[in-house]
Amino acid sequence: MSGTFVGMPAFPVAAHEAVGNTTLRANLRHATHTIRDKRAKAVAELDDWALLREAGKQIKDHTLRHLDTYLVQLEEAVTAAGGVVHWAADAAEANRIVTRLVKETGESEVVKVKSMATQEIGLNEALEEAGIAAYETDLAELIVQLGHDRPSHILVPAIHRNRGEIRDIFAKEMGEWGRPAPEDLTDTPADLAEAARLHLREKFLRAKVGISGANFMVAETGTLVVVESEGNGRMCLTLPETLISVVGIEKIVPTWRDLEVFLQTLPRSSTAERMNPYTSMWTGTSDTETADGPRAFHLVLLDNGRTDTLADEVGRQALRCIRCSACLNVCPVYERAGGHAYGSVYPGPIGAILSPQLRGTTSEIDASLPYASSLCGACYEVCPVAIDIPEVLVHLRERVVQGGPATRQGNRVVLKPAKGHAAERAAMRAAGWAFVHPGALRAGQRVASRTRRFHPRTLPGPGRAWSATRDLPQVPAEPFRDWWQRTHGKKESGK
Amino acid sequence: MSSRDIILGRVRRALGEAPRGDAQTSYETAVDREYRREHGSRTTEETVGLLAANLADYRAIVHRCQDEEELPDLIMRLLAARGPQYVLVPPGLPPEWMSAADPTRVHDRAVSTTHDVDKVGSVVTGCAVAVAETGTIVLDGSPDQGRRRITLIPDHHICVVRVPDQVVSSVPQALERLDPTRPLTWISGPSATSDIELDRVEGVHGPRTLEVVLVSGE
Ligand code: SF4
Repeated sequence: MSGTFVGMPAFPVAAHEAVGNTTLRANLRHATHTIRDKRAKAVAELDDWALLREAGKQIKDHTLRHLDTYLVQLEEAVTAAGGVVHWAADAAEANRIVTRLVKETGESEVVKVKSMATQEIGLNEALEEAGIAAYETDLAELIVQLGHDRPSHILVPAIHRNRGEIRDIFAKEMGEWGRPAPEDLTDTPADLAEAARLHLREKFLRAKVGISGANFMVAETGTLVVVESEGNGRMCLTLPETLISVVGIEKIVPTWRDLEVFLQTLPRSSTAERMNPYTSMWTGTSDTETADGPRAFHLVLLDNGRTDTLADEVGRQALRCIRCSACLNVCPVYERAGGHAYGSVYPGPIGAILSPQLRGTTSEIDASLPYASSLCGACYEVCPVAIDIPEVLVHLRERVVQGGPATRQGNRVVLKPAKGHAAERAAMRAAGWAFVHPGALRAGQRVASRTRRFHPRTLPGPGRAWSATRDLPQVPAEPFRDWWQRTHGKKESGK
Repeated sequence: MSSRDIILGRVRRALGEAPRGDAQTSYETAVDREYRREHGSRTTEETVGLLAANLADYRAIVHRCQDEEELPDLIMRLLAARGPQYVLVPPGLPPEWMSAADPTRVHDRAVSTTHDVDKVGSVVTGCAVAVAETGTIVLDGSPDQGRRRITLIPDHHICVVRVPDQVVSSVPQALERLDPTRPLTWISGPSATSDIELDRVEGVHGPRTLEVVLVSGE
């Protein structure tokens, strides 16, 4: 995964800087608490939530277990419907494929609907190098792009910006890229949205190439699904002549019917709505007679560390993620540290387990991410596909500290324990950070004691033999904080 | 080796040598589908009422029509209130629906470029199915709904739903009725964003006004 934010310090350092930024913390706190409360109401409307969650988990687990079969089935179905399927083993290859496809159209600009996969591979930068301008069209992504900034939340990437900041960015930057913001632009959200509407419409109407990700791909039918709110997705998916979708190989569901689970759990978990304003589904290209939508459709299937993640039987569950962002909004660490501190397009609890698996744990930021958590378990409770994030965090911590077998780029390797105890240092610094923010830690421990019983004692599959002779690391009975106070309290507590 | 072979090879190695059985057969038993086909029990009338309430909750404007005879008048009034010069109609829209309307009708097939569509103020369509529990209308590109772009670019969309025929309770029931090979658009309220301090703003890119007419069939 090449999407490491360049020059990113380890989590504790970045987090430490972020918590000093009071505007950021206020923006974040307001946002996460608002969505969190709304989500709880939206979920409570469905009395079979637990069953939907379980079914979602089972569908994804089954798919991952037979991923080769479903990838081939999907390829056949997409091809039969008139699409072209490409396979990309890593970020560089995906970028090469997309760049070539755009060049073949003869165009030098593309419109994009927000896609985590293309952010992960750094597609915009790759296109720019090839002389192709990529315009982000999601309002929040536009704010991030115009602000020369990084996204900080999966769902609301500009969550760290308030209206005044957004007004200033629009007034200053829009003219550089196309239609300028009106002279008298105010900072009311309606005015800001209107400025974005006019600025982007000009681009939509002339766009010949659109680039998207997808929330789901149906193996049985070759159907792709994009879930969104603003309509920029519909614009990118239907107006251009060529559509290129870059999608992680884990986004498959076996059958059309499976969507009935995720179309109920995703909107309620993410934006806390019964249903998001727009969902688009398309299967290949439409025939000439109906002429509805792009005439050419390319699907780029992206690995980029996913098969390595699949090889880890504990960590594999991270591939169930449907990117709803519910875990971010309940995380006491995310709330204080902000998304940028995670050094990846995947912030928050899911980022803390996904990034080190996709990228490996050799860099300092990746080695520190499994420590970017209080193990409170709130992320697991809200996750609509029941990913046991604390379990994976503990597993990855152990990998960092003790080393052990892992898969990198398809090869089995044995990782050495992190050199010079870099990881322990990272852990200690994360702990030091948490002590400066006792609220985060207390909130964490309260829930931790309640969820301890969910943490498994043995590993599934072949790991069982290993765990039979030793205890799987658990949330400790003695809270880390007490241990720290007991052993290091005097030296470090004032840090 | 092609990247396709590399990736499939990595997947197979990751999953190990252990026999996994046939995907399709194990799929039948792999997933507990104990969750509900619909939530709560309602009369047909109540389901339509729930649709209306949920549409309105997401700021669609809902109108009821007792029979198809009232429809042309209602559409005429809704269009007059907005005063568009042009109104787009898909090729298979029942012509009676528009029989009282004033603005110049433009047909889907006649608008060739996206800029042409951008000049149109309103669009009138039917729908494929409507979902009561979520307040969603689904379009599938049938002749009375037209291509996807015509319900996207104009600022005002009037969608006619025949009740109770086209109404289902839930998402699972809607998927059963839909054909995945068609281009599908699920619409729940007008376009909206909450990206600026989570204040909801309607109509960033899609129609800013969505009016849904629930017309009772005979
Ligand atoms: S890990 Fe679960 S809660 Fe977090 S984004 Fe993914 S699906 Fe949502």
